[in-house]
Amino acid sequence: MPSTWSYSFDTQVYKGTAEFSTGLFIDGNFVDGSSGKTIDVINPSTGKLITKIAEGTLDDLNTAVRAAQKSFDTVWGLHMPGRDRGVLLNKLANLIETHIDAVSAVEALDNGKTFYWAKDDVTAVINCFRYYAGWADKNQGKTIETNDDKLVYTRHEPIGVVGQIIPWNFPLLMLAWKLGPALATGNSVVLKPSEFTPLSALFIAKLIHEAGFPPGVVNILNGYGSVVGQGIAEHMDIEKVAFTGSTLVGRKIMEAAAKSNLKNVTLELGGKSPNIIYDDCDLDAAIEWAAFGIYYNHGQTCCAGSRIFVHERIYDEFLHRFTERARSVKVGDPFQAGNFQGPQVSHVQYERILGYIQSGKEEGATLHHGGERVGSEGYFIAPTIFTDVQPHMRIVKEEIFGPVGVVIKFRDEDDILAQANDTVYGLAAAVFTRDINKAVRTANALKAGTVWVNCVNSLHPAVPFGGYKQSGIGRELGEYALANYTHVKAVQVHLSHFSQVWSP
Amino acid sequence: MAYAQPVEIIIAQTGRKIKQPTGLFINNEFVPSVDSTDVIECINPATEEVICSVAAGSEKDIDRAVAAARTAFKTTWGKNVTGIERSRLINKLADLIERDAQELGELEALNNGKPVKIARDFDIGDSVSCLRYYAGWADKIAGQSLEVDNKTKIAFTRHDPIGVCGQIIPWNYPINMWSWKVAPALAVGCTVVMKPSEITPLTALKLSELVAEAGFPPGVVNTVPSLGSVGGSALASHKDVDKVAFTGSTVTGRRVMEAAAKSNLKKASVSLELGGKSPHIIFESADLDQAANWACLGILYNTGQDCTAGSRLFVQESIYDKFMSILVAKAQELVVGDGFDEKSGGGPVVSKIQYDKIFRYIGYGKEDGAKLALGGEKRPSKGYFVDPTIFTDVKPGMRIFEDEIFGPVLAVTKFKTEEEAVQLANDTTYGLGAGLHSNDANQCMRVSNELEAGTVWVNQYNLLYNNVPFGGKKQSGIGRELGSYALEEYTSVKAVHWNFGEKLGWPL
Repeated sequence: MPSTWSYSFDTQVYKGTAEFSTGLFIDGNFVDGSSGKTIDVINPSTGKLITKIAEGTLDDLNTAVRAAQKSFDTVWGLHMPGRDRGVLLNKLANLIETHIDAVSAVEALDNGKTFYWAKDDVTAVINCFRYYAGWADKNQGKTIETNDDKLVYTRHEPIGVVGQIIPWNFPLLMLAWKLGPALATGNSVVLKPSEFTPLSALFIAKLIHEAGFPPGVVNILNGYGSVVGQGIAEHMDIEKVAFTGSTLVGRKIMEAAAKSNLKNVTLELGGKSPNIIYDDCDLDAAIEWAAFGIYYNHGQTCCAGSRIFVHERIYDEFLHRFTERARSVKVGDPFQAGNFQGPQVSHVQYERILGYIQSGKEEGATLHHGGERVGSEGYFIAPTIFTDVQPHMRIVKEEIFGPVGVVIKFRDEDDILAQANDTVYGLAAAVFTRDINKAVRTANALKAGTVWVNCVNSLHPAVPFGGYKQSGIGRELGEYALANYTHVKAVQVHLSHFSQVWSP
Repeated sequence: MAYAQPVEIIIAQTGRKIKQPTGLFINNEFVPSVDSTDVIECINPATEEVICSVAAGSEKDIDRAVAAARTAFKTTWGKNVTGIERSRLINKLADLIERDAQELGELEALNNGKPVKIARDFDIGDSVSCLRYYAGWADKIAGQSLEVDNKTKIAFTRHDPIGVCGQIIPWNYPINMWSWKVAPALAVGCTVVMKPSEITPLTALKLSELVAEAGFPPGVVNTVPSLGSVGGSALASHKDVDKVAFTGSTVTGRRVMEAAAKSNLKKASVSLELGGKSPHIIFESADLDQAANWACLGILYNTGQDCTAGSRLFVQESIYDKFMSILVAKAQELVVGDGFDEKSGGGPVVSKIQYDKIFRYIGYGKEDGAKLALGGEKRPSKGYFVDPTIFTDVKPGMRIFEDEIFGPVLAVTKFKTEEEAVQLANDTTYGLGAGLHSNDANQCMRVSNELEAGTVWVNQYNLLYNNVPFGGKKQSGIGRELGSYALEEYTSVKAVHWNFGEKLGWPL
């Protein structure tokens, strides 16, 4: 029997208890992993152990896939009307809402984001599930006129068993973005949370069980990416894999999918999103948004505005005030009111970011602000600014995934479009200007899946999100996400008598 | 005495006490009429006794309600509320109706006559699902972005809520018709002035309590019980109502459209039900036992008081005798009785006026030479009970073939060929529903293509689903309810053409 983790929060912003199993959630039950091994869950604010959770193996994956397939063939998929699937998704949303503070606290403890921002995430999670609950009975096909002989219609059918692999930067939000459309459309799911942030998913597994989803419909398997994640990508009985994470791993997923059963693949990968600040912008607002764009979630956001382009005419003033703004960001205990930024998620990430900062210095950029650890325990890094950068530098080309922004001067519209699009990525972009015509022109020319005008990082469950180029394949959120989990079948009913079909 | 205080209704059969609001529901409060002391008496059709009275709204009350709806539309609803919030509130309302399903079911049975379990499980069950269905659409109202000239322009559409909507509903499915109207209107952001039928206003007032409890801002939903000729007419001709949605008789539907045209050219959609003379065709290859079941459902469900009642039955000659003997036997099995009696599969018809009309037509049937195969006799006891009645050898031209009866009275006609059946079926100015039974798939496809009706049932009848549109062809109606189509009824499309690059030379 897997152990139950019970934790009492006694903090300034939240006092309460969270309790759930640490096992693998397979076929409606929490079970030990077949190897009996566990994974350590570390508190990034202290570097210390929170608890251990069950580690999933390939055997466990196979069991989960079988359970998912069985549920799909008997009680889920086309056996349950969309309306009823919607009812279950709404029930889950309501349960999460009932436990919103405890769930947020677990997320903040495990990931390091502040309780305030964790709760913001969980609110978005609830909205996401409710949004997709509404789609469950609306995945409509078409009737198509061809000629009098035929009745032609399309059916939008669920795919079957889908595998989903989610990252550690927004553990619960990523879970909701994946489960919402997959379940709404009638698929059964095997989902692997990140081994760095497995706890909130286990809490949700408990609520999924309580909401009444039939056993096997949702299976949550914690484990290592190289084992369970790779296993999902290679599995011959999983017909679709959805992955959010680094571009590096995304390539491996796609390769494994191609080599196994050519399963359908959608990927949400990295970014090096440009934040373009024209000289006719509302400078106060632009500075606020620019800071939010790179320091929100400690820079651990795929769409972070990490390349900040500023028109040369306002560059000095921007830099000065942006630096003041960065200085004012409060970094510290996620459970202390007023803090904006907690620790980076893990030691590995912490080291990686410091490594990039070091490379910036070595390659000749100016470390304008920050660049060092905050405090003496945990993985806290100060909001950091580099200037005087060149396009070839690693801190300009590669995704750092930390609170490190590079500020770059630009001359004019043509110059900025060339610089902004000069990246293998294409996830998002932001444009700041009061000239709305320039905004629209720039937005239309940017090669990015989301372009924000006079704002940054603004997401909504009804608005699609995804990448151009090496930032990904496919779109999540909105109606668009339904297509990721749907097979279109065309049915052509021939109505008249057999007539001359073969030409002489 | 100005009505606004609630009264207590005691349901004799269950002992339940219901606190019944009797005033007009405006801005989330029950208020008396501003200038009228008239009341509407609500009758229990099973006993012919008065249940209670409610305020009868006047034209000035409609003005007040419209003003409240307009203010809400401009300040707390319309574009001032997000789709996510509208979704949340509509879902909450659905939950509350589900919570009170038994009480609402008993009240519906008391005022309308239908059996409690049917009111609760079907009428109210479907209404809860309807609200949840439209709650799901509320945050998914999407327009189009359109390519015009990539270098200089963008064009897009916005689907705006149309505004203040007047809604006029009938007495045959009070709660269900309420949900069909209110749900899509609220989902897209419209505000509502609802005029329930003067015969069955009680549940609409009870539902209004739940609207307030759910947390809708004041003025979003307003309910004004009143006579059709007063409140309905006022809404249809009101200069500040942007859209009127009506379900009821053809005669009144025409008046609604006329009033809409003569006032402010408001958008009008009408679903005309009492004009239903829906054809129900039984072909020789049909599963006769099943077809007889569906035919019974088609004319006897809701005691025939259904806009799509399959009131004209066409039976192919080759199977006529066999089918009719099955049909008559099955029709006899229906127990028509008090809605609170567990045994009742159907209740009384809703009012004395309907009762008298139905028996008048039964008289015409006999006069015009049709043969009575079942029923047709009045009961000696109290209550507006009409037993299943079947006329055979009915021919075009007979009054029971041409006119709507809106009761459990079936007119059966023989036919020889498929062409004849289709021609007989379509020989009407109405076109709401139609049904056919056949095991020949090609025949099913041909005939369903040719039947001139907004809903065609193949090998079934009467059953509707919230995601499938419903409405009439020809003179049975304009517009569609249910499905995503209903959203269009409450939406006004704005196209925005945005120039960011074209410079205009002048003169041209």
